[in-house]
Amino acid sequence: MFAAENGLKGDPRLQAISDAIRVVPHFPKQGIMFQDITTLLLDHKAFKHTIDIFVDRYRDMDISVIAGVEARGFMFGPSIALAIGAKFVPLRKPKKLPGEVISEAYELEYGTDCLEMHVGAVPPGERVIVIDDLVATGGTLSAAIRLLERVGAQVVECACVIGLPEVKGQRRLNGKPLYILVEPREIDGCC
Amino acid sequence: MSAYRDKDPRIHGIQSKIRVVPNFPKPGIMFQDITTLLLDPKAFKDTVDLFVERYKGKNISVVAGIEARGFIFGPPIALEIGAKFVPLRKPKKLPGRVISEEYELEYGRDCLEMHLGAVEPGEQALVVDDLIATGGTLCAAMKLLERVGADVVECACVIELPDLKGRERLNGKPLYVLLESH
Repeated sequence: MFAAENGLKGDPRLQAISDAIRVVPHFPKQGIMFQDITTLLLDHKAFKHTIDIFVDRYRDMDISVIAGVEARGFMFGPSIALAIGAKFVPLRKPKKLPGEVISEAYELEYGTDCLEMHVGAVPPGERVIVIDDLVATGGTLSAAIRLLERVGAQVVECACVIGLPEVKGQRRLNGKPLYILVEPREIDGCC
Repeated sequence: MSAYRDKDPRIHGIQSKIRVVPNFPKPGIMFQDITTLLLDPKAFKDTVDLFVERYKGKNISVVAGIEARGFIFGPPIALEIGAKFVPLRKPKKLPGRVISEEYELEYGRDCLEMHLGAVEPGEQALVVDDLIATGGTLCAAMKLLERVGADVVECACVIELPDLKGRERLNGKPLYVLLESH
């Protein structure tokens, strides 16, 4: 669900956040209009608005874990975790986390990839928000949800700054709600 | 300079939360794992607070964080001190125009990239990472910022491995750490 449909309709912060995101055409390959959040991170006010909106939503939902997907989930997750007093758990590409991990494979357009989490980071029953900068097909987020459910955690919601149109139907997200701040930007006068 | 030496009372709590994983990523390396620190909200907050207290009000407009663990500590610091956050990334991750700086690994070379236009000449910058070992990555990070005309005020890390003498590779720039590990 988009923030604008869920209590934040007309909130000027959403426009500021959307305006701060840069579109880079044909990255990483032809035809993809890449939604670049690094320009949002350069805009202190808009970056703060982004964190504040998530914090306001999750502060009173009894959330004990924010799980962030490598690497852009690391840019948003820790600030939210700090503000609501939750743990931050990084979900990483293979072989980055030391010690004992569990792994979950997921499909890419061509081939598969893998997400890992530390064994013991999240005890059973903990209430978790999964965060990433953007959701497209939902493949990565679905793998994140499966990892957390395998250790008995309760995924309350997945939170993303940007949601591509594919996810409006909420497919491939294991029935978990999605909370998204903005839609992708178009480029003026492009294509 | 280190908070460890200043004996701030929060340091002991932070140090106790860092886990050492032997023989990762290869035999002989005692890996300093900060993920257990992130599982303790108070200790994680104390970590960020120590940096924020040092840098707030010092006219720092850029916090540059090194992929990927610098992305965990850098943004909360940037938000608290009113600075931009600039990610310094492995090759081909940043879209659009970038500048690249190569640096040496134990075997081979690697490369760090930064967006063109992210940092303006004359801006005061911090470089943040979880740990400094040989200083090779931090040195490359500083060079990227200096190449676009920024002034690197200090490098800030949670942990220093002093025996690897990374401090000496920073071209005289100051280094601030919370903890040392021998």
